Amino acid sequence: MTVTDDRPRGRELHPIHGVLVAGTIPLFLGGLLSDLAYSSSYQIEWSHFASWLIVGGLFYGGLALLWAVVDLLRTNHRGEHSRLYTLLLLATWVLGFLNSLVHARDAWAVMPTGLILSVIVVLLACASTWIGFVKFGVGGDK
Amino acid sequence: MTLFRVNNRTTSRLVFSVALAVLVSACDGADVKINQQGSEPTLPEPQRGLLPSMAIAEPIPWGDQQPTVPQGYKISAIATNLKIPRQTLVLPNGDILIAEGKGGNVSPMKPKDLIAGYIKAKGTTSVESGNRLTLLRDADGDGVYELKNVFADKLNAPYGLALVGDKLYVANQDALVRFDYRKGQTEASAPPVKITDLPSMINHHWTKSLAASADGRLLYVGIGSNSNITERGMVAEVDRAMVWEVNAETGAHRPYATGLRNPSALTIEPQSGQLWAVVNERDELGPDLVPDYLTSVREGGFYGWPYSYWGRNVDDRVRPQDSEKVASAIKPDFSLGSHVAPLGVDFSEPAMGSGFAEGAFVGEHGSWNRNNPVGYKVIFIPFRNGRPNGPPVDFVTGFRDADGKTRGRPVGVTVDPRGALIVADDLANVIWRVTSIGSR
Repeated sequence: MTVTDDRPRGRELHPIHGVLVAGTIPLFLGGLLSDLAYSSSYQIEWSHFASWLIVGGLFYGGLALLWAVVDLLRTNHRGEHSRLYTLLLLATWVLGFLNSLVHARDAWAVMPTGLILSVIVVLLACASTWIGFVKFGVGGDK
Repeated sequence: MTLFRVNNRTTSRLVFSVALAVLVSACDGADVKINQQGSEPTLPEPQRGLLPSMAIAEPIPWGDQQPTVPQGYKISAIATNLKIPRQTLVLPNGDILIAEGKGGNVSPMKPKDLIAGYIKAKGTTSVESGNRLTLLRDADGDGVYELKNVFADKLNAPYGLALVGDKLYVANQDALVRFDYRKGQTEASAPPVKITDLPSMINHHWTKSLAASADGRLLYVGIGSNSNITERGMVAEVDRAMVWEVNAETGAHRPYATGLRNPSALTIEPQSGQLWAVVNERDELGPDLVPDYLTSVREGGFYGWPYSYWGRNVDDRVRPQDSEKVASAIKPDFSLGSHVAPLGVDFSEPAMGSGFAEGAFVGEHGSWNRNNPVGYKVIFIPFRNGRPNGPPVDFVTGFRDADGKTRGRPVGVTVDPRGALIVADDLANVIWRVTSIGSR
């Protein structure tokens, strides 16, 4: 069986770009798990952990987004995948940012909006990473 | 384990808040004037956008200007270039002691704290904490305090002051201490003696207010909460948000009243001997919540924080909740309005003049958590038979312009029985003295 690789040459994700986008998953997931821990224990430290983990996710995601936008602007063939990928990253970042504002509220005022946003942001982070890796592959070793 | 029911209301609230995100900073409610002064304040529904409303004072010097006082009164700066004056004490010979300093011992918990701390610092003085007591003297009684001397230094953010006989008590941010005081002294003769440690391992609301009971045997120490609304966890609130009763002799102490979020000034009502306090209530529930208040402090009373506000209005930001505590919460006596930030209180004397003879002066430091600022003045609340009687009257104003330029922020207010009000201004680092125009 022959599999045709129709990915445009030289369009693979740079390894560092790959690390940045994939790094959003554990960070935002850590935020979600911390939210769950807070909601079940009422121990405020979990909520603090969530706040910092979300900021970490925003940092990684922000750099990945910047990279994707620059790629999109520089490259001639702006494929559908590139646009979808950038859009997903953008959605992840925007909702992640809203989530960090919600997490800046005091004590239980974070809930339940913060937990719901955490779930959505984790799903979006997974989707961006999936699209990024599957559609472009990770390059560097040619 | 607590699970969330994601019901329609929650979902629509989420969609709503996301949709509003872009507009949210402009969303501080309509500035409808609602009356929140008195014993029955109007309490709107809590609200909080994605960003807390903030309007920060923009400090500028007084220059040639002065605060405004009622007709028939005059005001003068009797001491300048101080190092963050907070509370004052008028000694029996007319000398004035000033507690200067800035305390606090908190580390940032969340990303928010880094940002909010930076913004709020813009509205306060950049002068370093004095950590000292300064004494002022007007020997010839001409209204000019020609002597200014450091009475004691190397203190740790001193705030509350009280004199009982020949003992001067000072509430530092970490300990209650005592100096021996002889009439006419301009400098302490020895380092202070510690009476008791005060809670300070974390010191969010660091000011320790102080008043002595009418018989001088007991001291009352106001200890603020370690958070706005338990966002530092419940453990951080042990021994916080309460008034301690301390035996002046032995240092033995017990909680006298609890649930007082930040009892930033205490005083004794002279007719009844009753303890009164001004209390700073919680933020981030909207521009018109929660009213700060002036209240008599009942022994054993619980005043709501953190579980509820203004009696039994439950604050949903607190988990775990405590319905028994909520049921026992006392409604305070007199609302001053939300976010005015009262930091000083003292009862008047007949020498203040007929319009201001019976009642309480309150120094309002002014708001940050509100787009349309409030406070930034000294008000007078008339009393009769030891109870508030009638609406507050402005006594010293002009600290802040309509355009946000802020020249001063009142803190401690002290009545000199000879007929003067002493106001500490911790933005301009000035002590103001208000007297009626016939007197000196």
